Amino acid sequence: MKLTKSVIIAGKGYQVLPDRIMLKGGRVIDIEGKLDAPRNIVIESGKIAEVSGKEISQFSGKVLDCSGKIISPGWLDMHVHLREPGSEGKENIASGSLAAANGGFTGVCCMPNTIPPIDSQEIIQYIKDRAKGSLVDVYPIAAITKKREGKELSGILELVEQGAVAISDDGSPVMSAELMRRALEYSKMVDIPVIGHEEEATMTVNGDMHEGFVSTCLGLTGMPGVAEEIMIARDIMLADYTGARFHVAHISTRRSVELVREAKARGIKVTAEVTPHHFTLTDQAVRGFDTNTKMSPPLRTEDDVAAILDGLKDGTIDAIATDHAPHSWEEKEAEYIYAPFGVVGLETALGLAVSKLVHEKIIPMKNLIALLAHRPYRILNLPLPRIRSGEAANLTVFDPKTTWKVDERKFLSKSANSPFLGWQLQGKPFAVINNGQIMFSGL
Amino acid sequence: MAFQSKHLLGLDGTPAEDIITILDTARSFREVLDRPIKRLPTLQGKTVVNLFYEASTRTRISFELAEKRLSADIVSFSASTSSVKKGETLIDTVRNIEAMKIDMVVVRHSSPGAPHLLARVLNANIINAGDGGHEHPTQALLDIFTIRQKLGKLKGVTVALVGDISHSRVAMSNIYGLKKMGARVLVCGPSTLIPREIEKLGVEIYYNVDEIIPQADVMNILRLQLERQRTQLFPSLREYHNYFGITRERLEIASRPILIMHPGPMNRGVEITSNVADSEHSVILEQVTNGVAVRMAILYLLAGGQREAN
Repeated sequence: MKLTKSVIIAGKGYQVLPDRIMLKGGRVIDIEGKLDAPRNIVIESGKIAEVSGKEISQFSGKVLDCSGKIISPGWLDMHVHLREPGSEGKENIASGSLAAANGGFTGVCCMPNTIPPIDSQEIIQYIKDRAKGSLVDVYPIAAITKKREGKELSGILELVEQGAVAISDDGSPVMSAELMRRALEYSKMVDIPVIGHEEEATMTVNGDMHEGFVSTCLGLTGMPGVAEEIMIARDIMLADYTGARFHVAHISTRRSVELVREAKARGIKVTAEVTPHHFTLTDQAVRGFDTNTKMSPPLRTEDDVAAILDGLKDGTIDAIATDHAPHSWEEKEAEYIYAPFGVVGLETALGLAVSKLVHEKIIPMKNLIALLAHRPYRILNLPLPRIRSGEAANLTVFDPKTTWKVDERKFLSKSANSPFLGWQLQGKPFAVINNGQIMFSGL
Repeated sequence: MAFQSKHLLGLDGTPAEDIITILDTARSFREVLDRPIKRLPTLQGKTVVNLFYEASTRTRISFELAEKRLSADIVSFSASTSSVKKGETLIDTVRNIEAMKIDMVVVRHSSPGAPHLLARVLNANIINAGDGGHEHPTQALLDIFTIRQKLGKLKGVTVALVGDISHSRVAMSNIYGLKKMGARVLVCGPSTLIPREIEKLGVEIYYNVDEIIPQADVMNILRLQLERQRTQLFPSLREYHNYFGITRERLEIASRPILIMHPGPMNRGVEITSNVADSEHSVILEQVTNGVAVRMAILYLLAGGQREAN
């Protein structure tokens, strides 16, 4: 039983990138450039100077041996709770960014359910200021409605002008169909996605877990899958009606995946993300009442997981996002019904994705990289990091083979509310490079 | 067969052999209750704490009496969950209590899994006296004890659980225990009060009381848990009573006597009428007496009584 979390600082955190550095012998995957081959990459003053399949002779500078490793454009986690401002004891922008880098991400989107919420230009500016100088790019997502109350639209145009990359009331659904329609319609002017936390809230009051056989056995109040599906169906129809872009946060059920698949086939502008815990665990994990299995949406059934894997396989699901939701040990070590929803995810995402998706042959490695890098950038209309000369170096380097044990003492997040503590995972982050800095993962 | 369990968290996780051992041991204690002097020295020197985070009259008195009959030192603590929530955490509270050197904890709590949480952090033996809508194993054991006492067997007996199944920890523990003992279990109630996929536990679902009456050897009529409902799950108490209430007239379609049970407290005139509750087939008060004996057996066995006797 742990009482305190002793943090072993991984490596030395962010380090200034040497002026000249060569990443030698890695397998370089850049889907946009149709590149998947061993390459040597030379980086000068933070910019990619050369990408070559040949031996680079007479190189004077630091050489980083990347043999056995994969190098891809830096990853973007489009669904993270950094908890700042308001709940800095659980996480802040600095610790969350370190955790992201430790897990292999060079960019994160932070969700607006902070205190106060991200519904003003001042808060967006505050976040940008606090993230200045970080290796990890922090992209704020603004609230759809003022104070996330679901009553009035927030100042979407000015929030986007200040730097918001999307809007979402994540953590809460927009229950009014009229308001959601207007949010979609209005967001079209700035071409940003509206990200839906899809939950018909009247059906999930006091809910603790997925409604089904396991909730019956455990006597916990259920949150039925249909509560998610109803809202996805509604918002797909609204996206169709308005022609706006709609993104489904943390998709979790079979029918939800099918709805998105059908909508895409009809040409509706809908995209979807899934979390590593939703493609790895089922509601059976709740037996034993570990509060690190409590999140919203809840863990679903084996059949839902199978449908999610199909959705990852055929491209229905566009992105892997962690829904990294740090909570203090004190809050989570409570009775199940009083524990808050959410789990951390930044530092276990790669290991779970490689172990569950690539090694079990659900998807090939290059598709995994698309889910972690290319497609999140595309969904958000952000410039895609590329691996070719002349580009700023924004890279993730990882080892697809190494097996490691998830040890909370190596997390750089302030919180360790993970259901995967002690798990053996295959696939380990090695280093990230961005904004003229490098960090080696200490996991 | 040696008793294996360290805690009694629920009947889902209790081996069938341990359930049989509890039932057999309870039979001896039941005899003690009819003696003029009902006190045994069995738990002398042991300290039991009764932690009731949710209101209870019958279960708490039953536990306290069982503990006193076995000569344990006892401390009882009641608190409304809401007031406790604002202050100290459950874990801090129980760690402090354990630091005062206690041996067993009886806990009732509104959160499923609260006893499991205590079992993880304490060395004491934990007895679940009801955790939310999850389990109430001592109630089910006394129900099962009463059925065996009255019918002489459990295997092949048809037990109908009637009423609000979805909010009933009593129903869940009865299902787990009765299935392990080889009984046939029917559940009957309005469809909105039958939880999802419960048939996977090997029970048969009915929505019409008149269909179960001809089959049942035992009817365990559950309390309508009006306080635990998220939304309106049935239109009115009147309609509930008219379609699911157990009345004398309804029982007359049975060709043989049916054992009538209720875990209490009863909503007379809603799920059961007085002329059924107080009839010659009702064993509701005997359940209460047996409850003390069953709880004595559980305390004795968890304290290692049987190991000492060997």
